[in-house]
Amino acid sequence: MSLSSRKNINLNNKGNEFEYRIKAENVGLTYKVKGENNNKKIDLVVLNDLNLKVKSGEFLSIVGPSGCGKSTFLDIIAGLINISSGRVIIDNKEINGPALDRGIVMQGYALFPWRTIQKNVEFGLEIKGLKKKQREDISKKFIELVGLKGVESRYPHELSGGMKQRIAIARALAYDPEVLLMDEPFAAVDEQTRETLHVELLRIWEKTNKTIIFVTHSIEEAVFLSDRVAVMSKNPGTIKEIINIDLPRPRDNGDLRSSPEFSRIRHEIWELLHDDKVENQESKTRVEEVAKVI
Amino acid sequence: MISNLIKKIGRKLYNLLAIFVFLLIWEVAPRIGLADPIFVPPFSKVVYAFFQLILSGEMLTDVLISLQRALLGFGIALIIAVPLGLIIGWFDRVEKFLDPLLQTFRQTSALALLPVFILIFGIGEVSKVAIIFWGVQWPILLNTISGVKTVDPILIKSARSMGASPITLFVKVILPGAFPSIFTGIRLSATSAILILIAAEMIGANSGLGFLIYESQVKIEIPNMYAAILSIAILGLVVNYLLVLLGKRIMRWNDTSVISGKE
Repeated sequence: MSLSSRKNINLNNKGNEFEYRIKAENVGLTYKVKGENNNKKIDLVVLNDLNLKVKSGEFLSIVGPSGCGKSTFLDIIAGLINISSGRVIIDNKEINGPALDRGIVMQGYALFPWRTIQKNVEFGLEIKGLKKKQREDISKKFIELVGLKGVESRYPHELSGGMKQRIAIARALAYDPEVLLMDEPFAAVDEQTRETLHVELLRIWEKTNKTIIFVTHSIEEAVFLSDRVAVMSKNPGTIKEIINIDLPRPRDNGDLRSSPEFSRIRHEIWELLHDDKVENQESKTRVEEVAKVI
Repeated sequence: MISNLIKKIGRKLYNLLAIFVFLLIWEVAPRIGLADPIFVPPFSKVVYAFFQLILSGEMLTDVLISLQRALLGFGIALIIAVPLGLIIGWFDRVEKFLDPLLQTFRQTSALALLPVFILIFGIGEVSKVAIIFWGVQWPILLNTISGVKTVDPILIKSARSMGASPITLFVKVILPGAFPSIFTGIRLSATSAILILIAAEMIGANSGLGFLIYESQVKIEIPNMYAAILSIAILGLVVNYLLVLLGKRIMRWNDTSVISGKE
């Protein structure tokens, strides 16, 4: 495959290991599930031999067919799921459990409906043990950063989907994590809002210098936002290819999405995903059955 | 402006129209011979009896004693059922262990157990408070359990991802998340508290609203009987209204009206 020459170009350029904020080495995740005929337990391999290095301050997206385990991988980095083999290292320490050095933003916003917007943003700060005054100052700052000054005393149900997701981002940023993990954060908002949020997210990313790992099923979204896009394949889930996105930044001036270079990269990733579909056609039904059992 | 006000008053009056019509029939039917005025006295006579009972102080005594029993049983139920429900809902193993027992007990009507309670606790206050406790704790317990179990998993995941300890998770996510359901249980139990109380007072008591109904019937003081029934209805309405008001105050954040004013 001619494309594979692109693989890991970026990583080879800069050999210095210390530049990596997150390293996933030979990560494997296996669940024991009941077999269909007899009750003998069989192994369901969700992730297998997954390797990924994420640089400090990088914007990396993960795309892949549904069921490839991309969200699961994100939960692993968040420390919410224990892996079966391999290891995941953040800042030279192996991950064991969730901590405030990683912030997570989910598709469903996950704002606490009984807390005001400001109290929602303060949640991580409360866990961090900050004083009331500090919490107030920080939450106000981040609500302003996501452009929603004035909604502090509102409740989540009074806000639109796009606004809720901005608040979820503010909440994740407020406790100052090194890494922001985003799990299809804009999947539930409409097209127009999504494009605005893309630009906003890039602005916030540039301003805060966070490392962002962004899981999405939208190739276009991944290409528009990222420095690199990791393409996953499924059965079992692993990183198939990593594509560098050499589009100039900032990306919000002009109609970048319709430029030939943008289309070329998008098509390249599309083909990678498409190959995968054909390869997996046969085993697909089988795994879906097993997935139902879980 | 003024026409709006008139419309508003008109709408309010329309809301109450069915009640007016009902009371009108109640008033007229015995007077024109459609109902036996001895068994169904006109509404005005009931109202007269109602105020007589208030003026004599009898009503207040009975209302207070009934309220005291209800609140005591209800309070004990709250203190026991809410923590128990939280534990059962949170720990799967406790639930698996207790569930069959709870299901069986739940199906045992409180009133069916009244003779048992009287046998054990005697005919005094304790048996009445105990029976109310038994009756009202079920809605509270079951709603607390389901409240804990149905807290949105994504909120739990979110809190855990921020490194919330199990205790923090419980206090800051599970408890407030389960609160609307717990409150629904409280409202349901308030209704059944009054129901059980009246029945218990009719069977074995010498005071309280249930006793007043029973005694008035035996002594053929029929207007008094209706007056007591009326006061129970008013009591139920007031309690429900207060709870709805309280719920709205506490749960301002709630968009879906879990705590709407209707049953």
